[in-house]
Amino acid sequence: MSKLIIASREVALPGDLLAEGMEFIAGKNTYRKNEKIYSNRLGLVDVKGSVIKIIPLSGKYIPQKEDLIVGEISEVGFSSWQVDIGAPFIANLPLSEGTNTYIRKDEDLSKYFNVGDKLIGRILNFTSTGSLQITCKGPGLRKIKGGLIVKIDYNKVPRVIGKKGSMISMIKELTNTEIIVGQNGWVWINGEASDILRAKKAIELINEKGHVKGLTDTIKEMLEKNSKIKPVKN
Amino acid sequence: MVYKKRFDGRKFDELRKIEAEVGIIPNADGSARFKIGKTEAIAGVYGPKEMHPKFLQNPKKGTLRCRYDMISFSVNERARPGPSRRSQELGLVIASALEPVCLLNDFPKLIVDVFIEIPQADAGTRCAAICAASMALADAGIPMKDLVAAVAVGKIGDKICIDINKEEEDYDGPGGATDIPIAYSPVENKLTLLQLDGKIKDEDLVKAIKEGIKGAKKIYEIQKAALKKKYKVNEVLNE
Repeated sequence: MSKLIIASREVALPGDLLAEGMEFIAGKNTYRKNEKIYSNRLGLVDVKGSVIKIIPLSGKYIPQKEDLIVGEISEVGFSSWQVDIGAPFIANLPLSEGTNTYIRKDEDLSKYFNVGDKLIGRILNFTSTGSLQITCKGPGLRKIKGGLIVKIDYNKVPRVIGKKGSMISMIKELTNTEIIVGQNGWVWINGEASDILRAKKAIELINEKGHVKGLTDTIKEMLEKNSKIKPVKN
Repeated sequence: MVYKKRFDGRKFDELRKIEAEVGIIPNADGSARFKIGKTEAIAGVYGPKEMHPKFLQNPKKGTLRCRYDMISFSVNERARPGPSRRSQELGLVIASALEPVCLLNDFPKLIVDVFIEIPQADAGTRCAAICAASMALADAGIPMKDLVAAVAVGKIGDKICIDINKEEEDYDGPGGATDIPIAYSPVENKLTLLQLDGKIKDEDLVKAIKEGIKGAKKIYEIQKAALKKKYKVNEVLNE
């Protein structure tokens, strides 16, 4: 007889016994030993049907294919760029994935992307040996100008986006800004300076209090109340 | 004089008072403090991050590197600061005690750095260090099969004592003192560290290890409680 030991939505630690019996399937961040399923990460237990997985609560961003990311160019090479995306791996943006224009031999690539430039990209490939390739070609992917990048814990990204994008679309609407949330936890906000600051405040609050129930209402209230924050003058 | 009663009045299988805390270093990816009696260890985990120098990178899996350091005021006579022969060895010993439970296959070419400081020492520092480091690794979100609990068992005179302190370690009555630090993973049911300093008979060693495992299991529960305490607030995350 199969039995669930730790209920869904509870905290599990590495080595915690999650379930007994062969009726359950060991999902992400869990492992099976004989007839028992154990957790191998600190996180929340998530049971869907017969699959048990752990949603991590801490740790660094590990890239996954097709992830939308916000990054910053860290190095310009001869035929590629290197991009910092907040992961422990350095991302490679090859020439062919960076631009469509014809590039002559020996041309200086910093014309297209220079060190410090920000971009919206997508993970093209990530190998088991740690090679990471991204692309900047595709709908919505581009070099970004202006705006502000807020770096949050990547484990909180689902909270910032909300159910079917409810949270993020609400923030966008109430602050009148354009927001791109990268799966790596880098959030790009664009718009009027005062609006950006309000959106930034809201996102930082989610990052800090991602576990509070009814957060959407709190954020909504906060944004409606402080609808007129004046930009900081330098 | 035969060793009949422990110097600090504990029972032979009684641990010293334990304090455990997680998340004490804000800038680290994971951190923990473990205090057992007067021995205290603070561990901070940084990473996974890119490994330098590059030739040390392992393209197949991540590397675990531990740095053990005794702060100069941690012992009665000032310890010379900086790495010593002893601290380098202990760093390697601690890393090899933690490596069997860490799943580093997802981190090719990367390194997980563990820094352990001992602000106060009263024997059993390597065990306290392992306990703190394993909690800090879990806090940092490193995939692990299990936590590791460690305790120093000793044979003082002819008695098996667990969690010995400095006074017992220096006992020079009949029988002498034998120090056996062990680290244990309950899920794996395996020892990840076993050292021995002194003299002991075969059957006594088996007995000592069994006693040690009992003590380690108690420590294991305290480690888990400390980790749960930090993340308890997250339980309401259910939208």
